[in-house]
Amino acid sequence: MLKINKSLIVFIILFFTILATLIISLNLGTMSITPTEVWDTVIGNGTAQNELVLFDFRLPRMIIAILIGAGMAISGAILQSVTHNELADPGILGINAGAGFAVVLFIFFSEGSGTSVFLLPLAALIGATIAATLIYTISWKDGVSPIRLILVGIGINSAFSALIIVFQLKMDPTDFMQATVWLSGSISGTDWRYVLALLPWIVVFIPVVFYKARTLDTLHLGDETAKGLGTSVERERMFLLFIAVALAGASVAVGGAIAFLGLVIPHLARKLVGARHGVMLPTAALLGALLLLIADTVGRNMLAPSEIPVGLVVSVIGGSYFIYLLMKT
Amino acid sequence: MSATTSSKKTTQFISRPIIATFILIGGLGLLILSLGLSIMYGAADIQFDTIWQSLIAFDPTQSSHQIIRGLRIPRGLAAAMIGASLAVSGAIMQGMTRNALASPSIMGVTAGASFMMALALVLTPQASNLIMMLWAFLGAGLGTGIVFGVGSISKSGLTPVKLALAGTAATALLSAISSGLAIHFNIAKDISFWYAGGVAGVQWVHVQLLAPITVIGLIIAFLLANSITVLNLGDDVARGLGQQTATVKITGTLVVLLLTGASISISGTIGFIGLVIPHITRFLVGVNYRWIIPCAAILGALLLVLADTASRMVNPPFETPVGTVTALVGVPFFLYLARREGRGL
Repeated sequence: MLKINKSLIVFIILFFTILATLIISLNLGTMSITPTEVWDTVIGNGTAQNELVLFDFRLPRMIIAILIGAGMAISGAILQSVTHNELADPGILGINAGAGFAVVLFIFFSEGSGTSVFLLPLAALIGATIAATLIYTISWKDGVSPIRLILVGIGINSAFSALIIVFQLKMDPTDFMQATVWLSGSISGTDWRYVLALLPWIVVFIPVVFYKARTLDTLHLGDETAKGLGTSVERERMFLLFIAVALAGASVAVGGAIAFLGLVIPHLARKLVGARHGVMLPTAALLGALLLLIADTVGRNMLAPSEIPVGLVVSVIGGSYFIYLLMKT
Repeated sequence: MSATTSSKKTTQFISRPIIATFILIGGLGLLILSLGLSIMYGAADIQFDTIWQSLIAFDPTQSSHQIIRGLRIPRGLAAAMIGASLAVSGAIMQGMTRNALASPSIMGVTAGASFMMALALVLTPQASNLIMMLWAFLGAGLGTGIVFGVGSISKSGLTPVKLALAGTAATALLSAISSGLAIHFNIAKDISFWYAGGVAGVQWVHVQLLAPITVIGLIIAFLLANSITVLNLGDDVARGLGQQTATVKITGTLVVLLLTGASISISGTIGFIGLVIPHITRFLVGVNYRWIIPCAAILGALLLVLADTASRMVNPPFETPVGTVTALVGVPFFLYLARREGRGL
């Protein structure tokens, strides 16, 4: 009973922190807009310029940050539970690298023809799926042992990262820079189209994962125990892995390879509300959204007018906090 | 799972000195052979007797002699030394931490050194090799310091999982700052080739810097071998056998810093050797580090020399970064290993 109350408090605090960050973030930027002006614009009395900046530039970007943050965090949480490995996340398993490689290939072969931004997400998704399929197939030997899965993932990650470098070095400097920024994880230049592209994935899959919380709980106990409790381990694991890949792929497609989010957030969530997936998953989704929102706000404003890719900010914030966490435990 | 664990119980403590001896002798022969290959093949192919001539009767007027003495030989030697250094570093780390995933790149050593090198490229682009190497040592120390510092400050101490977690965190943190520097100062492309790793453009100066450090490091590593074998049984057992575990760990870490720092400052990051070669070596020669360390050195050297030769043949006259070649060669074997046993954290 106490636990549930505590989780509820955590949810409420996180929700309002996100809301507060959203409002602060709306005010900040190259063009500072005061809170009263924001309010005026929201209720429809704002200037045309403020409307443009808020609704067409800042708001979609923030919504994207929230969606990607939640998606990556849930993806990491699934992977960690399913592989019984605290080191698992889409970055370490090579799913991000697979998506990244597909995108780099795409930029490389479409050089000069003005890279179409619309096709990038599709390429990333295909890459992520290929990477995940490879990992799953190679680690399959009368079922998939969690440890084999992560070892194979690390191998696949290295292979794709190497391939990325090979093709990157063959590019001309402009393409090279574009690829570098995208690979660092960047959500600049998003608009409502991206939001619409990403939204269905998040809205469909995250509730499914919440629904599967009990299954994740049993899987987390270990294969033997889960089998004993009547869970069809392989089938459930495959299904959950598929969702993790879909969430990571869709997120990478829009935001690039934002590393480290999927690794840190589940740890934080477990620390806050414990390991039960029923409360841990929603907490992770909210935390991921909050972290990416803060990271993007920092990246936009710290060295303005030049932007730091949000992925780098996430790594610095997440990395530092995570190191602190490790010292405390 | 259960079948593999029971069979592992029987193979876990096997040492195979005969195979190890064979690897040492045969590997050394192969290494000399591949050094020869590495000197023969490149943008300009050179006949073997020309190489021989350049060694016994050096003629400075001949361009091929110049290429051999000035470029190819130092490059081959550097590749051999760096390969040996990285492989031995990985073997020491895996032995000390009993962590199959331990390697210079996972433990933050590589990222620390890379970060400092990136910083050096921004602050002192014209610095000498020696200064660059000192930066790399500092960085390797920084990365390792963070990882081990975190592990030792925390109450439960350095569990393998915690060490790997701390390493991943430190790596992510430091690489992010490096990328930020690269993007902000517009040196992404310079840093990137160096990041991908390579021994192209190595000169005698580098070899002279590298050789003493590598030799000293490898000797200390070999002297530590017995203690690492004992430590690999677990800290409690090692202490029970009267070992000063802390001393061994500190010495081992210093050797890793020395070997990895020196290597990275010359070649940039070359991943995978430090992770894969120790696995391959253990698979071949068993669990005795007296055999593992010299065999890992030979195999690491062999892999990097061959990979470097291959990197010149993939896309001539352009060079492919050798780090990518080692990864692409190492991955399949690593995957095979992962399938075979999957003894992870």
